[in-house]
Amino acid sequence: MNAIIASAFLGVLMMFASWIFDNEKTHTRIALAGLLALIVANVLQLNGIYTIPVDYKGLLSFTQFGLYVNTILFILTFLYVWLNGDEIAKIGNHAADFYALFFFVLCGASILTSFNNLLMLFIGVEILSIPLYILTGSDKKNLNSNEAALKYFLMGAFSTGIFLLGITFIYGATGTFQLLNPNVNPATGMVREQLMQSAGLILIFVSFNFKVSAAPFHFWTPDVYDGAPTVFTSFMATIVKATAIIAFVVLFHSQFKALGYAWELLLTFVLISTLFVGNITAVFQRSVKRMLAYSSIAQVGFMLFALYGPNNFANEGILLYIMAYSIASIGLFGVLIKMKDYSFEAFNGLAKKEPLLAGMTTLFLMSLAGIPLTGGFFAKYYMLNAAVQSGIGLWLVVVAILFAAISVYYYFKLIQAMYFAEGEPAIHEMGQSYKYKLLVFAILILALGILPNVFLSYLYF
Amino acid sequence: MSIQYYIILCLTLFSIGVVGVLTRRNAIIVFMCIELMLNAVNLLLVAFSKMYHGAALQSAANTTAGIDAQIFVFFIMVVAAAEVSVGLAIIVMMYRNTHSVDINFLNRLKN
Repeated sequence: MNAIIASAFLGVLMMFASWIFDNEKTHTRIALAGLLALIVANVLQLNGIYTIPVDYKGLLSFTQFGLYVNTILFILTFLYVWLNGDEIAKIGNHAADFYALFFFVLCGASILTSFNNLLMLFIGVEILSIPLYILTGSDKKNLNSNEAALKYFLMGAFSTGIFLLGITFIYGATGTFQLLNPNVNPATGMVREQLMQSAGLILIFVSFNFKVSAAPFHFWTPDVYDGAPTVFTSFMATIVKATAIIAFVVLFHSQFKALGYAWELLLTFVLISTLFVGNITAVFQRSVKRMLAYSSIAQVGFMLFALYGPNNFANEGILLYIMAYSIASIGLFGVLIKMKDYSFEAFNGLAKKEPLLAGMTTLFLMSLAGIPLTGGFFAKYYMLNAAVQSGIGLWLVVVAILFAAISVYYYFKLIQAMYFAEGEPAIHEMGQSYKYKLLVFAILILALGILPNVFLSYLYF
Repeated sequence: MSIQYYIILCLTLFSIGVVGVLTRRNAIIVFMCIELMLNAVNLLLVAFSKMYHGAALQSAANTTAGIDAQIFVFFIMVVAAAEVSVGLAIIVMMYRNTHSVDINFLNRLKN
């Protein structure tokens, strides 16, 4: 609750900050201080200290898992703003407005990690997505940004409609919006009730696939990620996507298990088509930004493995996965922002001119591909193990590993361009401090790969 | 009246909305169709609320069963209003740059 109240309050505060202070550096500093305050407020609640005692009437339930996810998301946002503050200030006239929107997104995120009622889920999803429509279209004169915003908005609103119909059907079948005990099937009465519950769950499943951009509902993703300003793509593809996945996992573990085997079939279909579409299409991209958009679809395919079962590997794995994926992607987008154009050729010869930068980019790409000693390896390992533990056939694991092997091809194409191709890299000037900030991301990736237990132990105490 | 009629009516309205979103090319009309979808859901929620309330009244005189669905309707209205304000702003922004509200404009990024 601390995090929900604090993030909404800080969002309003940031809106006034743009009115009081003129300097954009000050805005960034206020935002960083606010994010620190948010982390502190959340950690306080994690240790049992509340600001306002409220009776939630069962709408929200704060679990160790949800609060720890909150902490991770806030720290990731902090790192993201710390790295990209100058770039955010370059877009539009008032950086503080964007920071306000970030805080509202985080407010939605902290609702989504602790919902216990479909009403709260709906509110959380909407608070999460509405600021994103604005961030996508924030480059007002750029037609690509306009197009991305309109497409994202129409797709988002459409999937909201489907989502609401699903909730309504579930209400019609069960008479309550509360999340259900996974082991009880409440709609045992008439055929009509069971039919309505199944229809409702399928509609919610479809709309969540829209939100996390899993195939076959992924088609908006490449266009939106490509058209949005690169800094905000970095935010959308990492922190927001991680939140949506977490909400999906919590919802799926509580509601969908009631319906048994048919769900696993549906999930397996979505999972394989996501892995297929993401990886195969990414191979043919010529723009690195678009390649990263498709690769984010492919990574969602791996994250969906957590849906197979509530077990320890799924819970720990999804946390590791969102950490490893978000840190690597924010770092990679941080490098991409500094490139003058986003083609693979622009990276030619980067290793000669900027050896440190090229080395860190290589590390991020290796983490996304899942090479050992980087965070991505353990993330993928935990996800596959979660699927095995919940009794899915080994063939699915083999398929996933084959697709991971394909992903190595397009990630290493970039490494090959940096190290083995001759050419002059088209890169903007960057200060030394920017490289050191990126170095922090690289160190975090290595730490996740070598000592994943350190990060997971907080989940339990 | 039986609940089936309400379900059929709401699903018809919802389907009209979905078909509109998928076939129309004018951004404003697409937007109206999305609103139609949301309002079909509102109607269905109210119908279910009445159904559960009526069933609960059989056994107890003072019951609040089914009220939560009506509260949900208010939340949907609020969220729809917030979405409208953002969506219309995006459409106006697009109109300023291209002087049209045609969705076909959306196919530029594909290549």
